[in-house]
Amino acid sequence: MRISKNSKVTAKLLALAASMLVFAIFVMPPLYDAFCEITGLNGKTGGRYEAVPAAIDTSRSITVQFVASNNDNMPWKFSPSVMSIEVHPGEIMDTVFLAFNPTKVDMIGQAIPSLVPFKAAQYFHKTECFCFNQQKLKAGEKAELPLRFIVDPDIPKNVKTITLSYTLFDVTERISKNVDKNNTKSAREG
Amino acid sequence: MAHGPQAGLKRWLYTTNHKDIGTLYLWFSFAMFFLGGCMALVIRAELFEPGLQIVQPEFFNQMTTMHGLIMVFGAVMPAFVGLANWMIPMMIGAPDMALPRMNNWSFWILPFGFAMLASTLFMEGGAPNFGWTFYAPLSTEYAPPSVTFFIFSVHILGASSIMGAINIIATILNMRAPGMTLMKMPLFVWTWLITAYLLIAVMPVLAGVVTMMLMDIHFGTSFFSAAGGGDPVLFQHVFWFFGHPEVYIMILPAFGIISAIIPTFARKPLFGYSSMVYATAAIAFLSLIVWAHHMFTVGMPIAGELFFMYATMLISVPTGVKIFNWVSTMFRGSMTFETPMLFAIAFIILFAIGGFSGLMLAIAPADFQYHDTYFVVAHFHYVLVPGAIFSITAAVYYWLPKWTGNMYNETMGKVHFWLAFIGLNLTFFPMHFVGLAGMPRRIPDYALQFADFNQMASIGAFLFGAAQVVFLFNVVRTVMGGKKATEQVWDNPQGLEWTVPSPAPYHTFSTPPVVR
Repeated sequence: MRISKNSKVTAKLLALAASMLVFAIFVMPPLYDAFCEITGLNGKTGGRYEAVPAAIDTSRSITVQFVASNNDNMPWKFSPSVMSIEVHPGEIMDTVFLAFNPTKVDMIGQAIPSLVPFKAAQYFHKTECFCFNQQKLKAGEKAELPLRFIVDPDIPKNVKTITLSYTLFDVTERISKNVDKNNTKSAREG
Repeated sequence: MAHGPQAGLKRWLYTTNHKDIGTLYLWFSFAMFFLGGCMALVIRAELFEPGLQIVQPEFFNQMTTMHGLIMVFGAVMPAFVGLANWMIPMMIGAPDMALPRMNNWSFWILPFGFAMLASTLFMEGGAPNFGWTFYAPLSTEYAPPSVTFFIFSVHILGASSIMGAINIIATILNMRAPGMTLMKMPLFVWTWLITAYLLIAVMPVLAGVVTMMLMDIHFGTSFFSAAGGGDPVLFQHVFWFFGHPEVYIMILPAFGIISAIIPTFARKPLFGYSSMVYATAAIAFLSLIVWAHHMFTVGMPIAGELFFMYATMLISVPTGVKIFNWVSTMFRGSMTFETPMLFAIAFIILFAIGGFSGLMLAIAPADFQYHDTYFVVAHFHYVLVPGAIFSITAAVYYWLPKWTGNMYNETMGKVHFWLAFIGLNLTFFPMHFVGLAGMPRRIPDYALQFADFNQMASIGAFLFGAAQVVFLFNVVRTVMGGKKATEQVWDNPQGLEWTVPSPAPYHTFSTPPVVR
């Protein structure tokens, strides 16, 4: 009688503990990402945007500034081609960033965007961005990395300047490790 | 039925007796308290003067990290579990804990977890050096190789705590003597019941966050790595979702202890028993929704800052209820000032100071100034040392005659108290000033203008350390012998534990007592 009562409590509490573990690993990160995407928190910008024809609001213009920086030990030269552009909301704009791998080895880079002010993040749409893909640069290779964006006409009136910053990470090791893993996996399967 | 413990070492290895396991927990936490204390003294010795004298910055960082981890997980938490093991069955009239074998296991995995953690000090690259809060990416991309051992040891400690909590809840829910209704339980039992639920809610989250670190380090995921689309700020959210309830895990049982000691020495029943229960539950609930006040500076929207600021300040209401009740219990009581009472009164005063500096830190705009300074160090040491450590010390003095059957040496107890009280204030009060003046925490060297206050703090720390040696000596002497304690020990204390002989027999309440 008593044993079964204790087992019942134990089972319930263990289930609670297990569900909290699942909550921490599998629910909290996606929840956080969704929260950031909705609120624009941390300046996270959305993924690829399908351009819809919108009226260009020529009555005002917004300055979009570009910042490029390297994370940690990333040796590439990485910079925007122009420091800032004036755009009208609704207008499709193109620009490029310049990347150069001065080292003697082939490398892979990944750019991560962030945008301030945070509240503008959800009004900044990228229809094409090098940040969607990893960039592979051979030793000594140069590349122009394209960016095409639209500032949503619904953007709050008091936003006059947007700063878009890219941080370039060296993901060579991370990618090659995963490639090795996949290769051995397919080799095993093959 | 009248069988006693096994002889020799096997008694301690195989025991399923709640008193034996309580003793094991308490001695283990005492040992960890001294280990963590020695690390604190290394820190204070280095900070005695500006410049680098004794240790290198790398080792200094390992000391701050290990000091925090050992004190939180090795000293305070096991001490409270040890007290729960000893006292809860005796307080509710149960013969033992509900799950005695799991009880044995939850204790015996602890020494292995801590052996693993301490062994990192001797590894190549050194022990964890990223602070006890182990923020990513410091603890992932830039961590020493020993971080993997740290992760596994946190898993073990978490498993131990969860098992301990399950055991306590099962005991309290299923094992109460007839007539012991929930609202008749001593407050120590109540606070532990609520603490145990908090443990089960958040220890798995801690296990989850270190598991995510493990995956990021070894299995190519990027939960916390911006390069792979993750976010280091996520780490802080998940960590503090565990970390804030954790600080209440370390203080709620203390509230229960103080609520037992104050009425005994004021010779009045506790004022506002049911409001104490509700206040404890309210604090536990609020603790789950205020975590981001540790990270006001990460760049939250203003609505978030405001929510976490007001919710945090709200906690001072139930806490204020408790302080009010303790003071009202003492009001016009026939008070005497034995050692447990001295520690309990110091608890109330000093914990209130820590609460006030906590309110200052809760003000989001002001927090930008205080963040990561010695003011924060002063704040959390004022709530943890006089809060958790003083309450555990008070509990040991209060119940030691019941455990051993001997009275401790009162004079030595009072010497311990005054040394500890002066040492503690000398150590941590000046930290408020250097913190407000801008001295950052976790640095081995500092600007010259902070030298005076740091010297005071270092002298205070060694005084506090010396006081604990007096404590150890007093406890050992009481265990060995001394004046025999009566069944009641104190002047008409309330509670079932005072109805059994001193020392408490190996088996108590084999037939349940009648509770009116």
